[in-house]
Amino acid sequence: MRLDSTDKQLINLYQRDLPVCERPYLEMSRQLGISEGEVIDRLQVLQSDQVVSRVGPVFEHRRAGASLLAAIAAPEEQMDLVAARINRAPGVNHNYAREHTYNLWFVMTAPDEDTLDERLDELEHQLRLPMLRLPMIEGYHIDLGFDIDWEALP
Amino acid sequence: MNTSIDYLAVVPDVAGQGPISAWGLLRLRQQLERGLPLTVRPYQTLAEQTGLTEQEVMSAIDQWQAQGLIKRLGLVVKHRTLGYTANAMVVWNVPDRWVTSVGEAVAGAPFVTLCYQRPRRLPDWPYNLFCMIHGVDRNRVLSQIDSLIADKHLEDFPHAVLFSTRAYRQRGGRYVSHD
Repeated sequence: MRLDSTDKQLINLYQRDLPVCERPYLEMSRQLGISEGEVIDRLQVLQSDQVVSRVGPVFEHRRAGASLLAAIAAPEEQMDLVAARINRAPGVNHNYAREHTYNLWFVMTAPDEDTLDERLDELEHQLRLPMLRLPMIEGYHIDLGFDIDWEALP
Repeated sequence: MNTSIDYLAVVPDVAGQGPISAWGLLRLRQQLERGLPLTVRPYQTLAEQTGLTEQEVMSAIDQWQAQGLIKRLGLVVKHRTLGYTANAMVVWNVPDRWVTSVGEAVAGAPFVTLCYQRPRRLPDWPYNLFCMIHGVDRNRVLSQIDSLIADKHLEDFPHAVLFSTRAYRQRGGRYVSHD
């Protein structure tokens, strides 16, 4: 992914503390030395190129609703199929293949714990595969807004 | 573990103008889970979508940030697209009496992006401490894990490294909006 120095600066400066004022992109444009329209255009391109998934809030999930990390042990040759079934379940926002017997790891969210449990029960019943349910007990550090190490990137 | 749902309880109010419509706030939460509109006045756009005023939208976001319901407001980067393709979940089996202090120590490493405690599920899953390393290169991540083990004296705790091999889905949480 080719990004120019303005894109990189946009990412460096605004993974947090995006201005809350009538014209936030105008305020950002002054920091970056470009026009307001260019900020908006660049954000649109970054989103359509999948560099940025959205501009917006990251909610504290323990306060925003219920969420749970779960893992499924899927037969190797059925992984794509099982992953697609998991994605069809409501509220799945992350789903990764990982190198382990429990090879599909996903996060499901729901408005409340009961709904979440019901959805997981339903999915487990559909899949008929072993499922680990791993709620968070305590968080020590949770922040994906870390500084990008541009030098290290390919 | 806090399981309360407080999207309706956290009702900010604009100074001197009384409380904001709870339904308007719920609609605002739903819209915000999809991201800020890329319009010249995004908070005005959100106001039009939710039936609130622009001032109410901005006040709600400010207060949600102050209260910690919103952890951060800004660009949500897809690290994989940028080249962070070596993503390792490292899990340890740490005796319960030490897990908090070990967790805090591991969380302090600069390359650890997430770190938390989760329950064991015996016999299949003996690990109770999880951390995530988002790296660019698999070998570099493996050497970071080695240095983590040496620096934090984790040699005695059984561990496993689960690199991700494929992202089937990656997006923000949708707690109150629909898929």
